[in-house]
Amino acid sequence: MTANPPSAELATPDPLLSVRDLSVRFDTAEGPVHAVDGVSFDLKAGEILGLVGESGCGKSTLARAILRLVEPRAGSISLAGSDITHLSRRQLRGVRRQVQMVFQDPYSSLAPRWTVAELLTEPLVIHGVGDRAERRRHVGDLLDKVGLPADAAQRYPHEFSGGQRQRLGIARALALDPRLVVLDEPVSALDVSVQAQILNLLVELQRQSDIAFLFISHDLSVVEYLSDRVAVMYLGQIVEIADRDSLWRHPSHPYTRALLQAIPGNPPPSADDALKIEGDLPSPIAPPPGCRFHTRCPYAEQRCRIDNPALRTVAPGHQAACHLMRLS
Amino acid sequence: MAFPDSLILSADGTGSHPRFALLRRLLRRPSALCGLVLMAAILAMAVLAHPLYPDDPLDMVAAPFLHPGTDAAFPLGSDMLGRDLAAGIFHGARISLLIGVVAALVSLVIGIGIGALSGYYGGRIDAGLMRLTELFQTIPPFLFSLAIVAILQPSIATITGAIGITAWPGLARLVRAEVLKLRHSELVEASISLGASDARIILLHILPNVLAPIVVSASILVASAILSESSLAFLGLGDPNVVSWGGMVGAGREVIRTDWYVATIPGIAILAAVLALNLLGDGLNDALNRKGQRR
Repeated sequence: MTANPPSAELATPDPLLSVRDLSVRFDTAEGPVHAVDGVSFDLKAGEILGLVGESGCGKSTLARAILRLVEPRAGSISLAGSDITHLSRRQLRGVRRQVQMVFQDPYSSLAPRWTVAELLTEPLVIHGVGDRAERRRHVGDLLDKVGLPADAAQRYPHEFSGGQRQRLGIARALALDPRLVVLDEPVSALDVSVQAQILNLLVELQRQSDIAFLFISHDLSVVEYLSDRVAVMYLGQIVEIADRDSLWRHPSHPYTRALLQAIPGNPPPSADDALKIEGDLPSPIAPPPGCRFHTRCPYAEQRCRIDNPALRTVAPGHQAACHLMRLS
Repeated sequence: MAFPDSLILSADGTGSHPRFALLRRLLRRPSALCGLVLMAAILAMAVLAHPLYPDDPLDMVAAPFLHPGTDAAFPLGSDMLGRDLAAGIFHGARISLLIGVVAALVSLVIGIGIGALSGYYGGRIDAGLMRLTELFQTIPPFLFSLAIVAILQPSIATITGAIGITAWPGLARLVRAEVLKLRHSELVEASISLGASDARIILLHILPNVLAPIVVSASILVASAILSESSLAFLGLGDPNVVSWGGMVGAGREVIRTDWYVATIPGIAILAAVLALNLLGDGLNDALNRKGQRR
């Protein structure tokens, strides 16, 4: 179904993106918010990693930290082996060519007074790529790539539908031929019918090149459709990360299981396994001690309230953070 | 793969730029139209001052206290020194507009600069620049310019500068607030992730989107600069070598019981200019903030 069949092997020695113990903290009036708390993962070239979790779990903050739009408090981010965690704005400019972002809101992320041609050439102008004629050709290519007519170049963003605008956002992100594109809920603002078209477009684009996607969504079915691997985030931490099929067939973390069962038409294997998660996401200002999930976990024991479990390997390429999971 | 949504373009599909729509919306408002017409009349006076009255308007050309309408050569009459009031009004329009516009430009450059840097960078830069702004706000702007002009000798340049560097704090705070709103928007995040420089983001992405309130306050800034200049001239701190509406009012003040028109006619000119700019500002405000209208 997806472009690349999920591979069973572990991360290669030199992944495209490597995030280690990344933490982001915001200071608010009520106290510090640990939006991202010790997150580690790798992303290989040409891979699609889906990142799922509830609203407010820190997915978008994680994405923005990788793009260095918010400053991480601790940990490191490496791109193709070089550490970019502490690069200055100026030094980052070279890196930005390789990592691009598609935003959730295709209305506010495109400058309203600019024509499509101006929007799509901006990345080229910023990085001094090509001359006038080459840039114009490039705009035509990009529009073609994302399935928009060539005459769109002279129009303004407000003349397009939401789905078309998201295509423009994707085209702009592709303008510099990046190796990694971070997509922050790119289809959440769109109608379901349009969502499918955008997802198909992304699969197609990924098939044509060895571009890697970090695809963020709160919608598991969307992530399932697209991803090679999936990471599940809860309250600032990754609780499970695995190849898609492995995660779908053998979810190890109770939170993942609950999420999967919550997909309509995806009943629990047996009544015994039926999981009910109640309550809201606890406040990231005062996260619960021990396992972050224990306040909502039906299986929580004493040690879950004291000791925060680390990610452990359950199967090759499959890690989860739960004291109680059945190791295979 | 077929993409049906790519076939449905905008409803009008014309690709017309929103810029022209603004002028049309402005002209549809009666008050804004009044302001535009008044402003055009004052501009015409400024342009026609030299062709119509090539001589120095400060020259004594008529009998003193010639009331308006008594001599066809001097339709607005003459003052106590026999100076032609009509020539003074026409030439005064040049001075008022010149000082008003240049002083407003000075304020705009300072106010936008400080507001944009403050709002964009935040932190220590913001704190420092805002303390400076507050320092300026604690001194009443008119008294401040009065002091500056009194110390530096009145001339067109010192008057313009003194008005310009005292009128910006309100604008700086306005621009700062608007920039702050956009600073963490996806629009700016998108530009940063493309690798755009701070200057590029501020000039090309942020400022064009805060233009509406800036344009509105610019027209009010010109109006208040004209008022300030008139007040300075009224108090005798005008450039002695040029005619100024405020100076004319000040000179006519002494004879207001017997010859009211000497002070009243330039007073009406000031009123018209300030009213025109305020009406224009209001109209622009309405036309630029189209709340509840479709995009």
